[in-house]
Amino acid sequence: MRQRPRGENIIRFDNVGLRYGLGPEVLQDVSFALPSGSFHFLTGPSGAGKSSLLRLMYLGLRPTRGRVILFDRDIANTKRYELPALRRRIGVVFQDFRLLDHLTALDNVALPLRVRGVKESEIRKHVPELLSWVGLADQLGAKPSTLSGGQKQRVAIARAVIGRPDLLLADEPTGNVDDHIAMRLMYLFEELNKLGTTIVVATHNELLVQRFAHLPRLHIEHGTISKRVRPPPEEVVE
Amino acid sequence: MNLFRRRSDLPLAGDATSRFLPWLVALMVFLAAIAVAGAFVINNVIDRWDHDVSGTLTVQILPAGGAQAEAATDDRVRLAIDVMRKVPGVQSVKALDKKRTLALLEPWLGGTDVLQDMPLPRLIDVAVDPAARIDLAEVAERLSQAVPGASLDDHRVWLSRLINLSRTIQWLAILVVALIGAVTAATVVYGTRTGMAVHHGIVEVLHLIGAHDDYIARQFADRAFAMGFSGGLMGLGLALPALTLIGWAARRLEGGFLPSLSLPLLGYVAIGLLPLLAAALAMLTARLTVHGTLSRMP
Repeated sequence: MRQRPRGENIIRFDNVGLRYGLGPEVLQDVSFALPSGSFHFLTGPSGAGKSSLLRLMYLGLRPTRGRVILFDRDIANTKRYELPALRRRIGVVFQDFRLLDHLTALDNVALPLRVRGVKESEIRKHVPELLSWVGLADQLGAKPSTLSGGQKQRVAIARAVIGRPDLLLADEPTGNVDDHIAMRLMYLFEELNKLGTTIVVATHNELLVQRFAHLPRLHIEHGTISKRVRPPPEEVVE
Repeated sequence: MNLFRRRSDLPLAGDATSRFLPWLVALMVFLAAIAVAGAFVINNVIDRWDHDVSGTLTVQILPAGGAQAEAATDDRVRLAIDVMRKVPGVQSVKALDKKRTLALLEPWLGGTDVLQDMPLPRLIDVAVDPAARIDLAEVAERLSQAVPGASLDDHRVWLSRLINLSRTIQWLAILVVALIGAVTAATVVYGTRTGMAVHHGIVEVLHLIGAHDDYIARQFADRAFAMGFSGGLMGLGLALPALTLIGWAARRLEGGFLPSLSLPLLGYVAIGLLPLLAAALAMLTARLTVHGTLSRMP
């Protein structure tokens, strides 16, 4: 992982618009910047465009208009063959996990390392360590179909962070787990953030946002975004 | 081979393509083997005809009429031999005696007893240096003027039509092999696109976690190679007994007219390479197809 000075923008959107096909714009004039080492919530009602915004951020889509600067690279001017190198610096926890059902938990987590050509000996060393850290030491050989929702979520998170990304994007990572596990996952993200990873957690779980009210949030509604800084300390829900 | 052991992130082994593609390649390799064998055998036959004919000419003398017909015909033969011996490039001139002529006619006209008293044309076999540039039209003209009833046959007139026909069949065989290759490639394109559609979710995950296009393409290509090679071996396994059977049947047909219908060593090598070529074609096609499809992803 490349260490960036905290505060330098890791991602910047300038007047970004997005439409699917000939449909209406789902994102309109979205502009914001995330400093390196920051931790943001991305909030908004269902259908507001949270997932579309995340997809733009993890390079799953190209904007219809506007400019996206990621790791100091203007995506519009970046050659297609250069994009995988940028994607490897981003960890993504998909809303529906998107684990590969035919692979074991270990192989799912090892995937980002394998696409980078990391040696099997390294993979056999680091992946079990990480799975132990997320409490799945006894599920290394388990297929996703045999895992509970919470376990799948932890495998998905482990896959997102195994490559020690500069930017971690999580789409509703606590949507399928109980409060206890949701809190544990958030603490895990905070630990990663302390290690330098910039984190964006998309959620519509208002309770969770209030519990971590010290974190700033990007709020999206009707395709436009607003940035809310942390609320006064007295409003923070313990 | 390492390709067969390389791990895959995609569960391609269970796809419908994995079931039908090897059999389709087997059929294609079988047909290609027959076509390739045909092309090589025909080429061999053409070479043999060409070689046999390029060094020989035949002079035909019509039998003379009258009371001393036999003696007059013999005189014509001697005269024709003299004319031909003076032609530069002629190596030997030899008249076929009546017995030999009758033997040549026997396959077509049956027993020689009835032919004994018939006036038969006489043949003179002329061996020429294949490298010599003989003006055959001029020699034929000189011969017909010097010897009544003499004509020169350089075999090429009738043989060239046969060779043309053989060459056409040979090109047809090559076209058949090319078509077989095209059909195989089209099937691989279809199978690969289907595989990509079936596993779109996995392909997208690999893409989004930073896999290069070639990392994904290689997995489809490896699978296509393995299926192509196993199918090719099956096709070869079917083609070899079939070719042996055809060869056996052809040997029974062989007569003086047809040269030996044997497959040259190069033909065996070409047919032996077909499974590998089919596998390589499948691999390359799959790879290009995946690259083409992925290039439409962001």
